[in-house]
Amino acid sequence: MSKIEFMQGNRACCEGALAAGCNFFGGYPITPSTEIAELMALRLPKTGGTFIQMEDEIASMGSIIGASWTGARSMTATSGPGFSLMMENIGYAVMTETPCVIVNIQRGGPSTGQPTMSAQGDMMQCRFGSHGDISTIAVVPSTVQEMYELTAKAFNLADRFRVPTFVMSDETIGHMRERILIPNKVDIVPRKPLLDGELPFQAGEDGIPGFAKFGSGHRVHVTGLTHDERGYPDTTDPEVHEKLVKRLYNKVESKRHEIADYDAVNTEAETVFITYGPCARTVRQVLHDHPDECIGHLNLRIVWPFPEDTMKLFPNAKTFIIPELNLGQMAREVARHTTGEKVLSMPKIGGHIHTPAELYTAVEAEK
Amino acid sequence: MSTRVFEKWYREDRLPHIFCTGCGNGTVMNCSIKAVDAMQWNIDDTVFISGIGCSSRAPGYISTDSLHTTHGRALTFATGVKMANPDLNIVVFTGDGDLSAIGGNHFIHACRRNIDMTVICMNNMIYGMTGGQGSPCTPVGKISTTTPYGATEPVFDLAELAVAAGANHVARWTSYHTAELTKAIMTGLSTEGLSFIEAMVQCPTAYGRRNKLRNVTDMVEWMRTHAMLLQKVRRLEQEGKPIPEDHFAVGEFVHRHRPAMGVKR
Repeated sequence: MSKIEFMQGNRACCEGALAAGCNFFGGYPITPSTEIAELMALRLPKTGGTFIQMEDEIASMGSIIGASWTGARSMTATSGPGFSLMMENIGYAVMTETPCVIVNIQRGGPSTGQPTMSAQGDMMQCRFGSHGDISTIAVVPSTVQEMYELTAKAFNLADRFRVPTFVMSDETIGHMRERILIPNKVDIVPRKPLLDGELPFQAGEDGIPGFAKFGSGHRVHVTGLTHDERGYPDTTDPEVHEKLVKRLYNKVESKRHEIADYDAVNTEAETVFITYGPCARTVRQVLHDHPDECIGHLNLRIVWPFPEDTMKLFPNAKTFIIPELNLGQMAREVARHTTGEKVLSMPKIGGHIHTPAELYTAVEAEK
Repeated sequence: MSTRVFEKWYREDRLPHIFCTGCGNGTVMNCSIKAVDAMQWNIDDTVFISGIGCSSRAPGYISTDSLHTTHGRALTFATGVKMANPDLNIVVFTGDGDLSAIGGNHFIHACRRNIDMTVICMNNMIYGMTGGQGSPCTPVGKISTTTPYGATEPVFDLAELAVAAGANHVARWTSYHTAELTKAIMTGLSTEGLSFIEAMVQCPTAYGRRNKLRNVTDMVEWMRTHAMLLQKVRRLEQEGKPIPEDHFAVGEFVHRHRPAMGVKR
């Protein structure tokens, strides 16, 4: 039976994770994500899962990768400073194709910044923070309901593509309390197992090898070094490296339009807002306040890999307006894919989201 | 002790290995594998985990599931594996730089948690993989590429550190003392909780070459003559007598049964 509740975003994250079968959480307390660790500490022991508080975020990331290799659906949650510490092991998860979910409840940065205030300053760090050429997946909720659904979805995406998958939320959604419909159950799509006779890092056309969890008799060697299809290090052959890294990159990038998850409203509009996360809420208010005007709204629930084709859903678009809680990170990504349309970045930092009046002023200026 | 373990436990198709001629790591690997074999552990239930460095290449040559992780972080991955599936047997290979410098915090916390695994540190007193830089275990006065005038910083006593941090079984031997080392590892494998085995090893290439121990046999001989039984060290300390220069304690530092985490269900 589905049920209606009034719930905090961070709790919805936990509920979504547990519904998706998350059975391992390794974390370290950090504002404004701490409620997620606290709730996992409360809930996981009762569902047969494991909660462990690690000594730092580097260790948290290591623990969830280790747990994932036993077949667990593993997760950690953090905010900016901890996210920075996780970068090296995130790259390790990419290189070793380890499914795991990393929740970042973003706060104001750089450095310790504004621990209790909302921001979206880590969007590019999520995409490019770890060294080397990588491609991963990032979901961004704009409501408590989406926090639940997208966290659950992140586990399926992580398992399907064998990549670390990010829930790039923020203090606003994390600490917001809202009505939420908890479904009867959520779809769980388990990772594809390694079949007998296949090599552990040998991929078919989809670029994704079968997974051999530890203890299953496949005797897999897992290394962050450049490796061949057997998993054996081969660090000097240019062809081996190019083949591996391109496969890791393309297995995600080539499916970016299939992965895409978005809402497109008023697709005939000339002025179109592109949002992700809490800024979508303000845009929805602007549209609600001006029902007679045709204002477009593209809200991305998955930002990485960037679904540039979604912008083509607005054939009349003359201006894309991108309000975001940073100094214009995704606006640059939008600009990279436009063909003549004006790209108006509306950055806002300091901890508060845009007001509807601020956004509508920008619409009026484009008339 | 003399049973052949090679065919059963090693990946023959990974040879030749990367260890230099005269390196002590192979000796420690063999002692470890003999100990694991003596435990009659199932290959498919056993996982070898390591960080980065010469010693950390060991799991790549062993035919079990194995996890060659990031520098200093092996114990965090091992914690995740063991806590998620306590039925797996975990052995961690690490080195003095990996464990005590970049991984120092994880080391003390793994000991504190007393997670049921055996950690074997090949202490060659140097960063071997990167060509011989000083580590927290390079003795005062010894030459490395980053201590060209002699190391000036005091060293970590890894065994004493593990005891203080809470590990259930701690021992130190050398690549000369193969029988004692193998036995200490066996005791570690059969002890619930974290077992820490420090194996002093010779690194003729990066350490011996710069410290008047050019020949492999010179280094092994140095370990033989400078290793002093822990009981004797304790006695000298009690009597207020000095420990001879450059000598180090070998033996069993602790064996106890404090509550452990990640114990087999």
